[in-house]
Amino acid sequence: MSKIVEGLFYAQSHEWLKVEGKIGTIGITDYAQESLGAIVFVDLPEIGASVAQAKEFGAVESVKAASDLLAPASGKVVQINQDVIDDPEKINHDAYGAWLIKIELSNPSEVKKLLSDADYCAISK
Amino acid sequence: MFKYFPHTENDLREMKAKIGIKSTSELFRDVPKDVAFRTDYKIPSTLSEVELRSALEKIALTNKTPLIFAGLGAYDHYNPSVIGAITSRQEFLTAYTPYQPEIAQGTLQYIFEFQTMVARMTGMEAANASMYDGPTATAEAMFMAVTIAKKNKILVSATVSPQTLSVVQTYAHFKGIEVELVSMQDGITDRADFEKKFTDEIAGLLIQKPNYYGIVEDYSGYADLLHEKGAVLIENADISALAVLKTPKEDGADIACGDCQSLGMPLAFGGPYLGYLATKKVYVRRLPGRIVGQSFDKNGKRAYVLTLQAREQHIRREKANSNICSNQSLMALYVTIYLSLIGPHGLREVNELSYAGAHYLYDELLKTKKFFPAFDQPFLKEFVVKTNLPLDLTEKVLSDHGFFAAVPVHEPEYGRANFVNFAVTEKRTKKEIDELVALLGGLSC
Amino acid sequence: MLMYDRLVFEQSVKGRTGYSLPKNAYPAKYRLADLGERIRQSALDLPELSELDVVRHYTRLSQKNFGVETGLYPLGSCTMKYNPKINEEIAAMPGFTRIHPLQSPSSVQGTLKIYHEMTKMLSEIAGMDDFTLNPFAGAHGELTGLMVMKQYHLDRADYKRNKVIVPDAAHGTNPASAAVCGMEIVEIASNADGLVDLEKLKAVLSDDIAGMMLTNPNTLGIFDRNICEITRLVHEAGGLMYYDGANLNAMLGQARPGDMGFDIVHINLHKTFSTPHGGGGPGSGPVGVKKTLAHLLPSPTVRESNGFYYVEHAKDSIGSVSGFFGNCLVWIRAYSYIRSCGKENLKQVGELATLNANYIKESLKEDYYLPITGPCMHECVFDGLIDKSSGVTTLDVAKRLLDYGYHAPTIYFPLLFHQSIMIEPTETESKQTLDEFIAVMKTVAKEAKETPDVVKQAPHNTLISRIDEVYAAKKMILTYDDYLAEQKINPEVK
Repeated sequence: MSKIVEGLFYAQSHEWLKVEGKIGTIGITDYAQESLGAIVFVDLPEIGASVAQAKEFGAVESVKAASDLLAPASGKVVQINQDVIDDPEKINHDAYGAWLIKIELSNPSEVKKLLSDADYCAISK
Repeated sequence: MFKYFPHTENDLREMKAKIGIKSTSELFRDVPKDVAFRTDYKIPSTLSEVELRSALEKIALTNKTPLIFAGLGAYDHYNPSVIGAITSRQEFLTAYTPYQPEIAQGTLQYIFEFQTMVARMTGMEAANASMYDGPTATAEAMFMAVTIAKKNKILVSATVSPQTLSVVQTYAHFKGIEVELVSMQDGITDRADFEKKFTDEIAGLLIQKPNYYGIVEDYSGYADLLHEKGAVLIENADISALAVLKTPKEDGADIACGDCQSLGMPLAFGGPYLGYLATKKVYVRRLPGRIVGQSFDKNGKRAYVLTLQAREQHIRREKANSNICSNQSLMALYVTIYLSLIGPHGLREVNELSYAGAHYLYDELLKTKKFFPAFDQPFLKEFVVKTNLPLDLTEKVLSDHGFFAAVPVHEPEYGRANFVNFAVTEKRTKKEIDELVALLGGLSC
Repeated sequence: MLMYDRLVFEQSVKGRTGYSLPKNAYPAKYRLADLGERIRQSALDLPELSELDVVRHYTRLSQKNFGVETGLYPLGSCTMKYNPKINEEIAAMPGFTRIHPLQSPSSVQGTLKIYHEMTKMLSEIAGMDDFTLNPFAGAHGELTGLMVMKQYHLDRADYKRNKVIVPDAAHGTNPASAAVCGMEIVEIASNADGLVDLEKLKAVLSDDIAGMMLTNPNTLGIFDRNICEITRLVHEAGGLMYYDGANLNAMLGQARPGDMGFDIVHINLHKTFSTPHGGGGPGSGPVGVKKTLAHLLPSPTVRESNGFYYVEHAKDSIGSVSGFFGNCLVWIRAYSYIRSCGKENLKQVGELATLNANYIKESLKEDYYLPITGPCMHECVFDGLIDKSSGVTTLDVAKRLLDYGYHAPTIYFPLLFHQSIMIEPTETESKQTLDEFIAVMKTVAKEAKETPDVVKQAPHNTLISRIDEVYAAKKMILTYDDYLAEQKINPEVK
């Protein structure tokens, strides 16, 4: 059973979103990292780039698979996590600690479209 | 009984019994009647091996194998005898793609060696396991440039070979990429025209060395200008010549591509050859095709394996960098064997002999007063000259005497209808050149 | 067997030579050094070995490899049939190897004749009207075929049609080729038998569909009996049908894609027509078309008039997909194969290949799970072991087969099943070989039950055991220079 953290929003495409004021922190779930296997590469957007909800903003690559990352919410990238770029396997060890990007949310009400931790738990069994 | 079908009557009986059928036609019951094709193909009857040899020998003999004094993308270089002996070994020849690395270390290792050699020859940091040929490798280099620069238009020098240009334009047309030519001036890329056409929309510039006319251009300065606007420099280079010419790296290129035919492959009427594609480490994930990497097995033994496969078609499907699956793998073995035998000194000698022979031929041709300088530019092993000889007659006389030379560069629309190509490699002798010159010198205009 | 682990660079000794070139007899004034500033600045680092050293090195590498002559290669969708030696002999004839692609047609009538005859014979076999031999591989043939499809619609000023329907069971090259051609994919889910779901197909047919890519038999080795209805529906909607020829082997002597309603076809000569795989190429992917599309085939092409063969560069073709005529020595091998089979034998290939595959299917269905019952064509698919309780996966089974001297079958494709094992024996394998293979597969199934760890840790008998692919992807050591650089930081623990 994959780990779920309370208080986060989840997308059907297995990304999580943590909202703190106007800032959204984005990563992939434990279920996602488990299905991918050892992650060898992350492709993230640059600071200043715009991301749109449910649209591709990057990719994550393991030996046997490459998955597009879909933004759980729209906004502008204000920070990227250099740690996961340097050592992508950190995501496998701690999917919720190893965040990918932080964005300035452009439309906070979008989170209504996301799943709660209970709902996500149901679909990621 | 046909020698490739091992089934005896007994075999067929036992197998059908196991399956539970009376006739093999039951296995095809899903094939609709109006589509079933059960008659003979309208192709010739079977030939025994005795007859096949004879028939194909006859066909081969209708091809003429002249002394080659032409280039234009295919060169008659020395092919060491070792190459055929090794590449015909069934373990290399009939093996499948190395997806089961435990039993394919032979293939994987020669590809790793090939990647290393291509990187060293071009000065790039990473090369893939091969592309189909020079022109298709160049088209893929264009795709890389467009992805890297995030722009949709490239500039191509008019001194790039027409075969390469044609493939690049075809691929660009279907992908929706714009291609604009930079004009040629006295046989080389017109720098002023480049600067005029180099706008913010340009993803990169494609140049060739030596160029279509055999000229070794000076490409200094182009890379800096391109990089200022985030564009890339793609250099299509005759890899054999890179032993002695400034490398793509030294020219500041970001991507190097071209054909490896000069490194041990027969002319073979155009194929199989091998396209190489190499780039800087920072762009390695943009490289299409297979790449071999080094690793270890669980017992710590050094081992080689196909890597970065997540970029490829079987995983990424429509998001893959390219669609390439099979490449020219065995031809990469031709290259590694060739370069291992010839080494750095031998390859320099190959180019020195070719240079000397080409320049000797050039001077001797001018002396005949049937040929005149076309361009005033330095060349390596092939060149273009103007002639006042009638082209059809010249071709016939040359062919009748066993020479293939003076091939027109086919540019009547630019007033270059009478420009012809000659090339000399280390396989040609001074005696052969003297005979060729005497023959041409004796023709009337 | 000797565990030889050296790279050619590690065998290099300064001063050794493995070549012999003629002396420079030209006047001394011709010196390459005169190129001055245009000369390479950095030293060229290539290995220096004697000829024997090179021969030994590559011979030893070959002993770490596995060819069709080493043992059975039951790879589904790859058609690893025997590669006849006579084809090698013919492809090496000087008349074929020593000619330049730009020689005048009158001096290369032999090769041009073979090109032309191949287009005729392949047209007859595939039920098409014309062929190009220029594409270098199957995927390249797909790209070429899609270019023809797209240009056909552009020429009719039907600019909306830029989508290609592809079943989800399709090989990865299908959608990838469409993307390279600047087209969009519409993926339709297959039904439980892996066949095209007609309702789902009807739902996506509209005026923006350029065509559909399909292989028949499909990627599961099943012949789609609705094929005529499928092609009719797509044609009715204004699209063209593209046939992926990867599975053509089953159809030799049984049916022709042209008769099924396909407009464009590619053939893999290195599968169906016995040319060697070469460790991943060179192959050849000729593309055939129906009459109305023939003018679009890429340049250059070969025509015939009064017994004389000549080269044509058609102005209204899609352009070029190759520098010259494709992998000439490869299609010459295929020509030799077709001439040696002849009309009498070529028509038996499909039935013998299919018989072999069904024999294997019937013999293994007690140990391996058959997701689709009913006859298969030239290949059969199992979805892993029936008894999966010990946790032995398809990957483990594949690796254990290496210990018994077999190349593994195709695994994890098609994607429809999670533990796919796809087996294609081809018609050149005898009943003995198949019986031995079946016995080993049964043994491995038994081991999976009784001694699962032996299977999970396999291979044990090969020179190399399972490789750390994560290390390979992370470190990206792609050249010997990368290896040396890594060694400086992290010296290998021996």
